[in-house]
Amino acid sequence: MQKMLCILTCVLAGGWSAAAADTPKVDRCRECHAILDGPNGEAAKQFTDDVHAKNGLTCADCHGGDSSAEDVDKSMDRKKGFRGIPQRAQIPELCARCHSDGAYMRAYNPSLRTDQLAQYWTSVHGKRLRASDLRVAVCTDCHSAHGIRPASSSLSTVNPLHVPVTCGRCHADAAYMKPYQIPTDQLENYRASVHYQTLQGGDLSAPTCATCHGNHGAAPPGMGSVERVCGTCHVFQERLFDQGPHKNPWQKAGIPGCITCHSNHAVLHTSDAFLGTGSDSLCLRCHSADDAGGKVAGRAYAALSNLDSHIRQSAAILDRAERAGMDVADARVVLYSGREKLIKARVDVHALDPASIEESTAAGMKLAASAFQAGQQALAERAFRRKGLALSLIVIGFVILSLWLFIRELEGKWSRQPTP
Amino acid sequence: MSPREIAVVRIRGWFRERFGEGGLDWLLHKQVPRHRHTIWYYLGGMTLFLFMVQVVTGILLLLYYRPSPGEAFESVQFLMTKVQFGWLVRGIHAWSANLLIFTAMLHMFSAFFLKAYRRPRELTWLSGCVLLLLFLGFGFSGYLLPWNTLAFFATKVGTQMIKAVPLIGNWLQTFLRGGEDVTGATLTRFFGFHVAILPALTTMVVATHLFLVQRFGMSVPPSVERKYPNGNVPSYRFVPNFLLRDLMGWYLALGVLAALAALFPWDLGVKADPFAATPAGIRPEWYFLFMFQTLKLIPGRFLFMEGEQFGLFLFGLAGLLWVLVPFLDRNPVGRIGRWIAFVGIGAIVYILGMSLWAWRG
Repeated sequence: MQKMLCILTCVLAGGWSAAAADTPKVDRCRECHAILDGPNGEAAKQFTDDVHAKNGLTCADCHGGDSSAEDVDKSMDRKKGFRGIPQRAQIPELCARCHSDGAYMRAYNPSLRTDQLAQYWTSVHGKRLRASDLRVAVCTDCHSAHGIRPASSSLSTVNPLHVPVTCGRCHADAAYMKPYQIPTDQLENYRASVHYQTLQGGDLSAPTCATCHGNHGAAPPGMGSVERVCGTCHVFQERLFDQGPHKNPWQKAGIPGCITCHSNHAVLHTSDAFLGTGSDSLCLRCHSADDAGGKVAGRAYAALSNLDSHIRQSAAILDRAERAGMDVADARVVLYSGREKLIKARVDVHALDPASIEESTAAGMKLAASAFQAGQQALAERAFRRKGLALSLIVIGFVILSLWLFIRELEGKWSRQPTP
Repeated sequence: MSPREIAVVRIRGWFRERFGEGGLDWLLHKQVPRHRHTIWYYLGGMTLFLFMVQVVTGILLLLYYRPSPGEAFESVQFLMTKVQFGWLVRGIHAWSANLLIFTAMLHMFSAFFLKAYRRPRELTWLSGCVLLLLFLGFGFSGYLLPWNTLAFFATKVGTQMIKAVPLIGNWLQTFLRGGEDVTGATLTRFFGFHVAILPALTTMVVATHLFLVQRFGMSVPPSVERKYPNGNVPSYRFVPNFLLRDLMGWYLALGVLAALAALFPWDLGVKADPFAATPAGIRPEWYFLFMFQTLKLIPGRFLFMEGEQFGLFLFGLAGLLWVLVPFLDRNPVGRIGRWIAFVGIGAIVYILGMSLWAWRG
């Protein structure tokens, strides 16, 4: 009998897979549940805005039963496949009935991947679930159960803006994470990072938890794959690091790339002072100022800070000229190119080749000097205009005074003449 | 006779030989009333001077300006940065345009309060009002020509409002824009208005206005007329007494223009991007601010009209009454005249208040 029901459910499921996109189905469950108080009523209300409801799916598509029946006994009839609240362990498979079915999903969203379940089983969450750990995240923990929205929606729990908080609901909860013996400061650290600042600035391409760890296949990057993960976005830095002197010794010593200097979750805004031999120097954590590495760091810092300082001076003089009303648009373009050279030199740091860094900074210095000279010329032009103005005002004033004296003389002469 | 007097006699003789006895003597014998309000007479001459500055600098700008969306901004930028004294020419043109409208407005209000529009000078007043409208047209059309962001969106908003004109609003907007939206077609159209149609019309109306001023002479304010009941108001000659003073005023205006252009260069801004979102805080030129602020305050729907339509109707009615004031003020020194003067003061307070409100955002 159970087999029969299963076959019937599958036939029914296959049936609506072809028809679902065309005709909206009656959802009596929602009509009744919406007037209930408590979680049952709340779920029905939330489902109204759910992406599945908007695409014509009904409660019965997940919970089983007959959503077209008005009679409670018929609609929640176990014989009609009603399964009630799905067990946590069953949820990934339940969602995957549709989401792993490429043919079915094409009718709704052809661009949506259908490998989420396969990915999930590779994740730490999936592996633990298979090992009967029901506390790990399943689909509904991240996507919600009844208010699921496309990730592109700003209201979605998996929209890039909300991903850190969604993950942090468990991972920042020290009591919940206690059995796993892993840190719970990731969210706090991430919030101090340049990535989070960029995200908050409205750049949705900024990395969130899922960007580095994966979403459905979420797992910590292994020591060897850290550079590959960072290199997804920081392509040149990764390539240069591979060419640099740290790569092989670190790999042998089991020291991960990137995060050793930049940290993992608290990736701070970089500063030239990370190089050099000052108090903020990262190099001096391992090197001394006098060893070969310390000297390279010192040279790199000197070249970068020198160019940075020249660019600032040039920008300041261009600002002054612009405030004085001079057009310095061309010089700004030159200075912009100078800044690009500085950025390139900062990227070159990852190969730790002082000659390459100095080559970029030397090119930047030329551009900064050219912009500075343009600023000086603009200020000189302003001074020339002011002198010209002063001279012309003296001439104009002289003419006005002469006219006034002439009028006085003319009218004085006439008033002295006897009236005929 | 001194050599100077001999030269004057010779020149006079040369002209008499060509124009006949007394041909130009009207100019030499023309008298200008001299009283405590005479200073207001110079505003007309100063406005005329600024108009001449506009013509000269406009012609110089025309040598470099290219009226197409791809080249307009760049051509003005080239003129300002690469052409010797190009910055000065554009600066003077832009500042002079604003000063011109300012002096024209002052001239109009001084004529209003001195009751200079009284019989027989109704047409002088009317031609002056037409001139002010033409100058505003110059300002509106010229504002777009550098094709920068501010001008582009201000023109978009300005021409959008024209749509609210009853019956012909849609047609008028399409006519001004040269299509549905503000595009390159609008730029070439505005360029045509600015350098051909408006200058031709303005030259004719300026000539008419000057002819009427010469024909009817300067008006004497009622308060001065009362002081001299026998009509023997003191006066001096137009040439050279008034003309030399006028010349002093022109030089003063030139000095102010040079100082403004050198100390406060007219900003070119950023090239217009028709696909960009309208920037926040977009505002028209200062002389349209009071209308802009009023339209902002009127609700979306008022009585039986759209808000903008109602605002334009109000401004149209107020403008019409203002132009017709010589015919409405039947008794300039009586009760009606006093009421009209109060309305004028109210108009100034309203314009200043609304402009200030809009300017402060």
